[in-house]
Amino acid sequence: MERISGSEALLRSLIAEGVDTIFGYPGGAVIPVYDSLYDYKDKIKHVLVRHEQGATHAAQGYARVSGKVGVTLVTSGPGATNTLTGIADAMMDSTPLVVITGQVASPLLGTDAFQEIDVIGITQPITKWAYQIRRAEDIAWAVSRAFYIASTGRPGPVVLDFAKDAQVGKVDFEYKHVDYIRSYQPEPEINLDRIAQAAALINQAQKPFCLVGQGVILGHAEKELLEFLTKNDIPAAATTLGLSAMPSDFPLNKGMLGMHGNVGPNRKTNECDVLIAVGMRFDDRVTGDLKTYAKQAKVIHLDIDNSEIGKNVPVDVKVLGNAKHTLPRITELLETRKREAWNAEFEPDAQEEFEKVIKHELQPESGYLKMGEVIRKVSEATNNDAVLVTDVGQNQMMGVRYFKYNHTRSVVTSGGLGTMGFGLPAAIGAKFGAPERTVCFFTGDGGLQMTLQELGTIMQENLDVKIILLNNNFLGMVRQWQELFFHERYSFTEMVNPDFVSIAKAYGIAAREVQKREELDEAIQEMVNHKGAYLLVADVERFEMVYPMVPAGATVTNIIMGDQK
Amino acid sequence: MNTKKLYTVIIFSENTVGLLNQITIIFTRRQLNIETLSVSPSAIKGIHKFTITTYTDEEMIDKVVKQIDKRVDILKAYYNTDEEMVYQEIALYKLSTELFIKMGTVEALIRKYNARILEMNEDCVVLEKSGHYDETQALFNELSETIGVLQFIRSGRVAITKSKVERLSDMLADMERKLQEKQQIEQ
Repeated sequence: MERISGSEALLRSLIAEGVDTIFGYPGGAVIPVYDSLYDYKDKIKHVLVRHEQGATHAAQGYARVSGKVGVTLVTSGPGATNTLTGIADAMMDSTPLVVITGQVASPLLGTDAFQEIDVIGITQPITKWAYQIRRAEDIAWAVSRAFYIASTGRPGPVVLDFAKDAQVGKVDFEYKHVDYIRSYQPEPEINLDRIAQAAALINQAQKPFCLVGQGVILGHAEKELLEFLTKNDIPAAATTLGLSAMPSDFPLNKGMLGMHGNVGPNRKTNECDVLIAVGMRFDDRVTGDLKTYAKQAKVIHLDIDNSEIGKNVPVDVKVLGNAKHTLPRITELLETRKREAWNAEFEPDAQEEFEKVIKHELQPESGYLKMGEVIRKVSEATNNDAVLVTDVGQNQMMGVRYFKYNHTRSVVTSGGLGTMGFGLPAAIGAKFGAPERTVCFFTGDGGLQMTLQELGTIMQENLDVKIILLNNNFLGMVRQWQELFFHERYSFTEMVNPDFVSIAKAYGIAAREVQKREELDEAIQEMVNHKGAYLLVADVERFEMVYPMVPAGATVTNIIMGDQK
Repeated sequence: MNTKKLYTVIIFSENTVGLLNQITIIFTRRQLNIETLSVSPSAIKGIHKFTITTYTDEEMIDKVVKQIDKRVDILKAYYNTDEEMVYQEIALYKLSTELFIKMGTVEALIRKYNARILEMNEDCVVLEKSGHYDETQALFNELSETIGVLQFIRSGRVAITKSKVERLSDMLADMERKLQEKQQIEQ
């Protein structure tokens, strides 16, 4: 055993947990840790962001593409409060994070000391676990426990509030991995009776339909899912966060669910006889009106989180556990089937959606650029192998609708919290999490300006992130709601914007604006071929709408196609 | 399904700082008022027991208990209705000694309510009574209407289920067994 400082003990603990990248911002209450970090620069890559919110979103992006725990290091007080949006976002989207906040020395706690804030009290509602380290002796234990909790079961954010006296205190350092907490059972025991009931229901079903959530990706159950669907020929659709668990061209993949999802999946939800939900939580953006949601169907719900089962939708068969372990057990009991007629029933819906919506989005003949055509062309220019990062709003819904996926962990978007400003820092994190992949970040003029300062991080790190700004000089999604539901009263949704190309250039980032359809392919090629970061500003139709749309709280089959005008 | 009644939530937790906050925010977020709350060490060393009562419907209490149970430091949470439990509250009544003596029917009153005198000095008398809410309330009402009550305090509910052992001990034994099995496999 060695006697070292608490700060060094923290870094050694992080290394013991396999951490090689952290996103952070120094400040008074965390200077000792940064001082120790100076000696560990070769072992831990520290990315200096421009705002602590960016640090948490970057850690989220990193975690989402890599499957590892994202780590953030910030100071006390405002440093800590600035991380809250990212922590809440990670909680909603089950992203494993360890957020380390500096804290004033423990004798000063509760005295309103300079930059003191009750981090534990503030973060308890939005974390899986929050713990204050007051003694150097507790560091190894707390860090190990934090990583165990963040990464196991249903993942989520953990906060470690690290008092300054614990940072400078000395400790005999010895690291021991935690893999058991008696009050915490991350992997529930599998109930084989329920497995048998689920399999029997599916075998008897005439029209089974599977809803794929992020639980499949988090549980590394992509292969198990495809085997399950293929054996019994079950059509499936993904939630926004479940996208890329199945490749876009997988024949049983019928698209996306929800408010701006595909027509077939939404309609078939209310026509199927057995609904199999895997690792998803029946969010209101997926279900619409619960009173009319899938009432005709028997519901099988597979999830690792007991509190999600029956939370929104009553369940006939509850299968608790990690989909990686539950799905193959069900698959084993399934009959090999071909359901050609049932699968063919998705075709007319897909045709209708193509005619009424997609065709106009992807193959417009005249007029301004469409968001959809820009997105699909970027996807194709990267052979559908890229990571899609989006901000929130129209750019997000268009992005997830028209980008295509060959690989899992290809979508980084703020699903549950819907955080504008998430995208740019998340794209930075995604590039660090998957340096060998192309990262394409689609954003709007509103969201980009919420965390625009992170262009500085891209500059400093010389990071290759492709930024595609779908610029309509509007807060487009709110404007869409104002057009549809508020008599076109565009209350504070129009934006006067700066010259984004000049801004990018000020940061040394290559940039180009494109307005004409004839120039689009060439501009995208230039972006893709460019070594390093690139901002492509696409001036898109100002009054574009995202269709199809199930209005908030409406029945999932009540779909606005936007073809009435 | 949607009829509101009083549910008793029993929670076993590790004894860590901030747990009460973790539990109460789950009630707050759903606009549930906590009627009574009582916290103390349980029969098992190092484990604390919370007893919380709240008026709600079964669907809601089921979801709330699942959310509580999910917290990392919570060992087990469950809910019961009054019929499934033996429960008591304790109440203390501070009265004027002078009026108390003048009243004349002290002995009968104490016997009627199964109360007892905890303290008596020249200024005040402190009575204690345990029982259900309506029982402690009845004594309060009678005293209020006659000699008046100087101070009154009632505890949160404490409750024990009518089944034979604390379910937690079975759960802990089971967990202990699994941990040992796991360690054996690892060796």
